[in-house]
Amino acid sequence: MAKRSNEPLLWALFSGGGVVAAFLLPVLIFLYGLAFPLGWLQPPDYERTLELVQHPLARPILFLLCFLSLFHWAHRFRFTLYDGLQIKHLNLVINLFCYGGAVTGTVAAAYLLWTLP
Amino acid sequence: MKPSTAYRQYHPKWYRTRVSTLWWSRKWSYLKFMLRELSSVFVACYVVILLLQLHALRGGPDAYQGFQDWLKDPWLVILNGVSFLFVLFHAVTWFNLTPKAMAVRLRGKRLPNVLVAAPNYVAWLAVSALVVFLLTRQG
Repeated sequence: MAKRSNEPLLWALFSGGGVVAAFLLPVLIFLYGLAFPLGWLQPPDYERTLELVQHPLARPILFLLCFLSLFHWAHRFRFTLYDGLQIKHLNLVINLFCYGGAVTGTVAAAYLLWTLP
Repeated sequence: MKPSTAYRQYHPKWYRTRVSTLWWSRKWSYLKFMLRELSSVFVACYVVILLLQLHALRGGPDAYQGFQDWLKDPWLVILNGVSFLFVLFHAVTWFNLTPKAMAVRLRGKRLPNVLVAAPNYVAWLAVSALVVFLLTRQG
């Protein structure tokens, strides 16, 4: 029997992350990266942020955001390296770097969200 | 191709033109493809910032204040400005994929691409407005 490929799963994570990143990242980067630091809008303070994170939906959403976005990056960046730099022979190193990075980030996100007050 | 590669006798050698490593810099559409793919780096970059934010939030009010001050660093503002442009590019190209991935037919006629992509933009606007509302509402 032919070895089953895990490509479909990686593709599913890639597109899931693409959707999440497209819907949420522009507004989040606009707020936290530009509008809040430059004083265009008033950022939520520590207590308010904690209150928002303690909403039952907040943690699952934040976890999915980190998890799917990271795998989206891993998959897309892997093929960017393949096509752009034509370094297919470094397959193993690239895969370890991309998917290993995504797994590490996902575990870190789970840990941080789990241990938040 | 490795020099040691064994060929069957009389096997035709493939002819392949060598492609330069900078093939994507020659044409605007190729460059656009590369920039779109590179948007993923900025996606990951934001997740790292978000993880640092969660870490600071765990550390208490002082740590969180420190994180907010760190975001004001001019270099970080520049990075976030670039990130913002890249994720916008990602979002627009991603939403415009819908009409390419599926042909929606209404009464036997194919709907124009703009109409197939439109619901994405409406939902995007709604989600963004909700996030702004939640994060800027005081108390």
